[in-house]
Amino acid sequence: MPEPTVLPNSPPAAATTREQQLIRAVQGGQRELFYELVRPYEKRVYAAAVAILRNQQDAEDAVQEAMLKAFAHIGQFRAEARFSTWLIQITVNEALMRRRRERTVVMEGLDDHRDSEAEYAPRDFADWREIPSEALERKEARQHLARALDSLDRKYREVFVLRDVEHLNIQETAEALGISVASVKTRLLRARLMLRDLLAAGWQQGWFSRLPFEKGSKPW
Amino acid sequence: MVIQCEQVWREVSNYVDGDLDAALRLDMEEHIKTCPRCASVLAGVRNVVVLYGDERMLEVPAGFSRRLQNRLAVRPMARLRWPSWETWLAPVAAMALIVGGVRLANDFSFTHPVKSPLALPGNSIPADMVVVVSDDSRLFHVPGCKFIRDPKSERTLTAKEAIREGYAPCSRCLRQYLKAANGRGENSNDDDDADDDAGASGSAVVLGSSAQ
Repeated sequence: MPEPTVLPNSPPAAATTREQQLIRAVQGGQRELFYELVRPYEKRVYAAAVAILRNQQDAEDAVQEAMLKAFAHIGQFRAEARFSTWLIQITVNEALMRRRRERTVVMEGLDDHRDSEAEYAPRDFADWREIPSEALERKEARQHLARALDSLDRKYREVFVLRDVEHLNIQETAEALGISVASVKTRLLRARLMLRDLLAAGWQQGWFSRLPFEKGSKPW
Repeated sequence: MVIQCEQVWREVSNYVDGDLDAALRLDMEEHIKTCPRCASVLAGVRNVVVLYGDERMLEVPAGFSRRLQNRLAVRPMARLRWPSWETWLAPVAAMALIVGGVRLANDFSFTHPVKSPLALPGNSIPADMVVVVSDDSRLFHVPGCKFIRDPKSERTLTAKEAIREGYAPCSRCLRQYLKAANGRGENSNDDDDADDDAGASGSAVVLGSSAQ
């Protein structure tokens, strides 16, 4: 395990963050610190890989390979970029490459990059407002959310995950997926509306019925 | 300006992202104040963004971190500099050692010191024929041969192995093959030994000339 003491001691007032220190140390050859550098983002990069590959094992393999590539090219990382974004982009590239290679798109809608121009009318759930984030304490609720996301078409799911799970901005999402900014916005809108409808319907069907905040009444 | 529900739905995502000009933003807010359905849509979209953006939604399989850490610890530099000559050196050297070792082993096996110069006539005996050898003897025999010197120390092997180890064929039980090797009755089975036909159909050992 890496020893924190191997890093040069910086005065508290220094503008550098721990992450920047780690980046410099790894760029300087301290390979053993690389895992410490990527550890805060391992869940996020995994989520990106799963969204693209839809298979846990493939996603894990892709993440491992992507992290090795990130290490190989750490010298090219520039401080003006966000390290997390850089890692996610490398992971997305790796996952997309694997999907192309393994032709896993066959089972789900192929590569239909056309964005539907038809308006999406969100369903009218008159009395539904929101699910409190405390619901996420329950595994059951998280699983419902994950299933709802998984039910989206690939083009919507990928954009949504990069934007709302990985927190890339619109431009970064477009670059990572190789699509236009306009397409990102269109798909993101559709994805958010569909998920809103799915969760609202799920609420009505009792997905979250045993949540601690519910005591025979709606949560709002 | 009064806007319709459809326009709110079209722009609700940009609204949540703060990606709207001020005028349209105000118009939407005015509309939402009086439209429960659009208020529900906006709240729902916000809710989706909040829920899925929560760290608690990020989960990895059991053991994921440990496996990633292990993978990164396996000298990534060696993997990534694969095309450089240093990394080729080790496998190439290892391969050379293996090939050289096999050659050397074969050389030794072919120059095994024979226990008896009479071993060479045995080259005409079927290679996979099962024979026995015993301690304190330089001969190999058909199993059951009564001339096996020390039956308690019998060891079973093939004729090919016995000859390689330098044993000579027993002139009694393997007589027919010795006759053939000497050029006497090569094409005949004139011997009445019915008990030594085992393996007779096998291919002959070819270690060199069958001449003495």
